Amino acid sequence: MSNKVIYAIYNDDDILMDAVKKTRAAHHHIEEVFTPFPVHGLDKAMGLAPTRLAICAFIYGLCGLSFGTFLMDFVMIQDWPQDIGGKPSFSYIDNMPAFVPIMFEETVFFAAHLMVITFYMRSRLWPFKEAENPDVRTTDDHFLMEVAVNGNEEDLVSFFEGTGAVEVKVIEKH
Amino acid sequence: MYTFSSKLKTFSFVLMAIGFLGIGYGFLSAPKNIQEVEALLAADSHGGHGSESAHEAASSEHASAEAKHDVKADSEHKEHLEHVFHQLSNKPWSALYVACIFFMLLSLGTLAFYAIQQVAQAGWSPVLFRVMQGITAYLPVGSVIFFIILVLCGLHFNHLFIWLDPEVVKHDELIQTKSGFLNFPFWIVRAAVFLTGWNLYRYFSRKNCLAQDESNDNSFYKKNFNYSAGFLVFFIVTESIMSWDWIMSIDPHWFSTLFGWYVFASFFVSGITMICMVTLYLKSRGYLEHVNTSHVHDLAKFMFGISVFWTYLWFSQFMLIWYANIPEEITYFITRIQVYNLPFFGAVVMNFLFPVLILINTDFKRITWVLVMAGIVILLGHYVDFFNMIMPGTVGGSWFIGVPEIASVLFFLGLFIFVVFSALTKAPLLAKRNPFIEESKHFHY
Repeated sequence: MSNKVIYAIYNDDDILMDAVKKTRAAHHHIEEVFTPFPVHGLDKAMGLAPTRLAICAFIYGLCGLSFGTFLMDFVMIQDWPQDIGGKPSFSYIDNMPAFVPIMFEETVFFAAHLMVITFYMRSRLWPFKEAENPDVRTTDDHFLMEVAVNGNEEDLVSFFEGTGAVEVKVIEKH
Repeated sequence: MYTFSSKLKTFSFVLMAIGFLGIGYGFLSAPKNIQEVEALLAADSHGGHGSESAHEAASSEHASAEAKHDVKADSEHKEHLEHVFHQLSNKPWSALYVACIFFMLLSLGTLAFYAIQQVAQAGWSPVLFRVMQGITAYLPVGSVIFFIILVLCGLHFNHLFIWLDPEVVKHDELIQTKSGFLNFPFWIVRAAVFLTGWNLYRYFSRKNCLAQDESNDNSFYKKNFNYSAGFLVFFIVTESIMSWDWIMSIDPHWFSTLFGWYVFASFFVSGITMICMVTLYLKSRGYLEHVNTSHVHDLAKFMFGISVFWTYLWFSQFMLIWYANIPEEITYFITRIQVYNLPFFGAVVMNFLFPVLILINTDFKRITWVLVMAGIVILLGHYVDFFNMIMPGTVGGSWFIGVPEIASVLFFLGLFIFVVFSALTKAPLLAKRNPFIEESKHFHY
């Protein structure tokens, strides 16, 4: 089986949104959509599942809070409980207000950084990664929808020409 | 147009009646003189009398000094009785004062939120303006009652503000040095100016908003924009001074610089929560056709955000004073931690932990019952917050959330419901010609 794909190229985001809806209605599988900027509502039109990044961030934040608490408890209370300026180092709760700024910052630090790293890993982004642009114009002013070809190629091309595409290309993918 | 449901009206009257009876009971059951307090303390044998028996034990050891000691113990006993007598006779007044200032400031918080929405030209909130105006309709009523209570304080009906008592000031150098600011005429004139200023803005803002409905251009809208900007400047100055006058001066030996902001955060979040609750109620009765879950979601985000802001200020005030531990400042928190432990830390749980964990979820911020639950906890939490600010300075260790406290809250809640929902019937619930009303109707997040 050949792996041919269609590149339908648009130059307006409203036309793209309509085309995505029509394509979904016609039950053609959209492989990917490339846009130069975020198009509001595109993920909903494509039927993508909502992101779970926020849930990750919440869990990372809890990890950070635990780490901050453990760190201050071990260093200031368990390991070497000195009297520093009369601060009560008898138990964690006695001296807790002094540790809150650190607990807070650790929470934010863990939540923010681990979430960003998760984002990079899930979206496969790293330095020296080879760019996956199907058409260089999609970073500037064109929108591209990639659809796998199954069945009649001619019908598919005329379908996408009917959706307002400025260009429809059939490409052999490797 | 909204019609006040007769059920809710009856409910508000019942609340007021129960509250009124409870307040009356509170005043009647407060001890009239020292003898009553003595009997009360004697009956409560495990209370303050432990120290008395300790005194007796000590004096019997030193037989020679016995007579002397007895005199001393006696005078201490008398002083203690007088102290407790003042606390107990303050109790019904403080209960009334806390509930009264809470509901009045809650509607002031709504007014501040409303003014901010006008000045920020928010595109989402104009469908809620009439709801906010309904809530701020309580402000004139609440102001009058509150002002009367302030005048009664000045006429020595109670000892809520010890600096109003010339006998106390005579022996208190700290208060004497503050008497340039803390004296009755100046204090009551300030109160009158603040209350009048806020009520004037509310009156004209609503009038212009209604006039805008009937007009052909946007001149009334622009007027309101200017009034709102002016009000916000006036508000932040007066709010700060108000918090010194009506809350911080309860403890005239203590001061804190971020107190004004702290009080502001407390009633601001209560006001926003009340907007959310009234909106949800009206929506559930089918009166707010253009309000969708996105509007409610926005209100919930504000409830969440300002709750965190309140906690930030609560902690900043507490931690700075705890860390430095300067005797003249720390007493404020020592009383609260030792005598008001549960309300003091309970307020943080109710106003921070609970809303943060509940309202952090986007989906939850659109579910009515979750918001109603969170809203009730936030409102109760901020009542407790005001309780914590005022009670330790007026009733001290004699505090209890009993009949006078609950009755006062019920009375003002009933009055609040009656005034707010009566006001809502007086104008259509949707502003007609607001320049942002179309955007607001189609607001979607």
